[in-house]
Amino acid sequence: MADAGAPPSREGEASRLIDVHAHFWHRDAGRSDWAALNDARFRAGDRMGIAVHVASVLGSYGFTSPTYFPSPRDVALGNDAMLALCDAEPERVRMYVTVNPNHTAHALAEVERCAARGAIGIKLLASRRADDPLLDPIADLAAERGLPILHHAWQHRRHDWPSQEASDGLDLARLAARHPAATIILAHIGGGGDWAHTHAAIADVPNVVVDLSGSGVDRGMLDATLGAIGPERMLWACDVTMETGLAKLRALEVIGLEPERLELVKWGNAMRIFPDGAFPEFAGSATEPAPRNPRQGPAAHTPQSVTARRRNSA
Amino acid sequence: MIDVNTLVGPYPFRYTPHPDPQILAGVLEREGTREAWVGHLPSAFWRDPSPGNTELYTMLLPFAGLFRPVPAVRPDWPRWEHALDAAVTAGAPAVRLYPQQWTLGPGDQRLAAITEACGDRGLVVMLTVRFEDLRQRGPLDVAGDLPAATVRHLARVNGRTRIIVTAAGRDMIEEVHWGLTPDEQSRLYWDISWIWGPPEDHLAKLYRSIGAGRFVFGTQWPLRLVQTPRANLELLPDDLAGMPLANPDDIARDAMDATRR
Repeated sequence: MADAGAPPSREGEASRLIDVHAHFWHRDAGRSDWAALNDARFRAGDRMGIAVHVASVLGSYGFTSPTYFPSPRDVALGNDAMLALCDAEPERVRMYVTVNPNHTAHALAEVERCAARGAIGIKLLASRRADDPLLDPIADLAAERGLPILHHAWQHRRHDWPSQEASDGLDLARLAARHPAATIILAHIGGGGDWAHTHAAIADVPNVVVDLSGSGVDRGMLDATLGAIGPERMLWACDVTMETGLAKLRALEVIGLEPERLELVKWGNAMRIFPDGAFPEFAGSATEPAPRNPRQGPAAHTPQSVTARRRNSA
Repeated sequence: MIDVNTLVGPYPFRYTPHPDPQILAGVLEREGTREAWVGHLPSAFWRDPSPGNTELYTMLLPFAGLFRPVPAVRPDWPRWEHALDAAVTAGAPAVRLYPQQWTLGPGDQRLAAITEACGDRGLVVMLTVRFEDLRQRGPLDVAGDLPAATVRHLARVNGRTRIIVTAAGRDMIEEVHWGLTPDEQSRLYWDISWIWGPPEDHLAKLYRSIGAGRFVFGTQWPLRLVQTPRANLELLPDDLAGMPLANPDDIARDAMDATRR
């Protein structure tokens, strides 16, 4: 007798989710299945209860310039695709404007162009180390406009890896320290590398928050993140593996996170970090978090030891 | 649902919360999993896994009916045949081989010999592609991922040994599957613990190309979140939802039946 293939569906159980790290594809990205990929994200998102995908397009994803070093032409091409998707899916999609800081004037112009059309954040890849002065004008503009920066990260960069000039928690912490009025979202804590190093690197840098996405689903990672930075600095997200996003959502439920704090991770923190009006569908919720300037840092958090959470660990 | 890919005991390269059988028992109950095949995690990294097997059998004794032991047996260690016999006596459905940790490369005849001997005894062979993502491994963790060539080699050893490969991704699964004859394919299974879901939909693509019946449920607890493979199944496209996976009990029974043919 075969093993049961699917457990009972829990569809609709988590109907108030904001995925702060999503990507969509387009026809010039070199994949014939680009539309199927986008459909699959919507299909899975609807099933999981994702109300809003906050997404970016990474140039041509390597088709005409490298994914992590997109040319200005491909940056604009990708942002145009993202703008078009926002127009086509105004209820389900918001956008980050992707820029390459090596082309400063173009990057700043792209931020202005796309913010004027509704972009709610800035996406930085691995085109230049995060603590490089070239990022300063972008961070200044982000702070001025109240746009959070989602920055690609490698958790503990022990050396340079091919195809990217990756940054880790220490690099992002240096950028954040120079720009205390900007909010930096450190991308995918489960996206590769040593996440424990990241916790130590950013614990005392309140304007760095963490998205929980990535294919990595190490047991202990969520507990340790919670213990190191607290729920007010954690943002739920999927990136390119939505099953790990759903798994982390389930795990958060069993590691001892109180329901009201889980709501912060699922959507409340995003409401606080992104510009006012970015998520009108969440406005007025009974559990909407009190407005607080993220530049003043999150609510006070008392680190908890991992062992304190042992009984409930996922 | 049976979880074929669980382990107990600490991991040498990072802290892993409470990798204890009593915690695993609670996790199975919480997740609605009726049984687990359980290995001994430190044994993969010890020169001699024998003490780990003894510890495994002892640790699992109070959980008869819930856990089945899967000891590690090293084919380049003297008297490994006795360890296989002990596994049979202990009611093990399978044994774990770690070619990478033991530096036994593709084509190594000692691996072939133990695969043959497992077939003789009705034991399933379990292989592990990885314990951690390559990007996060510590500098002393130099074993590397299990090569597809090793799996192809062992799948061709004989006509009866069943093999379950854990922690493989789509690329490796396809490389091995399409490098085997249909008969060889029929004795090889893959756990779903490391296969990507949407939007890439690797699991769905594999269901469509090689069939859901080639896969078994596995989590790689305590290293990975136990919720992941279940989430993956829940996010399959509608036309694939609920398709049955292979039942590990059937695989073990087939392995035993093959000894009588």
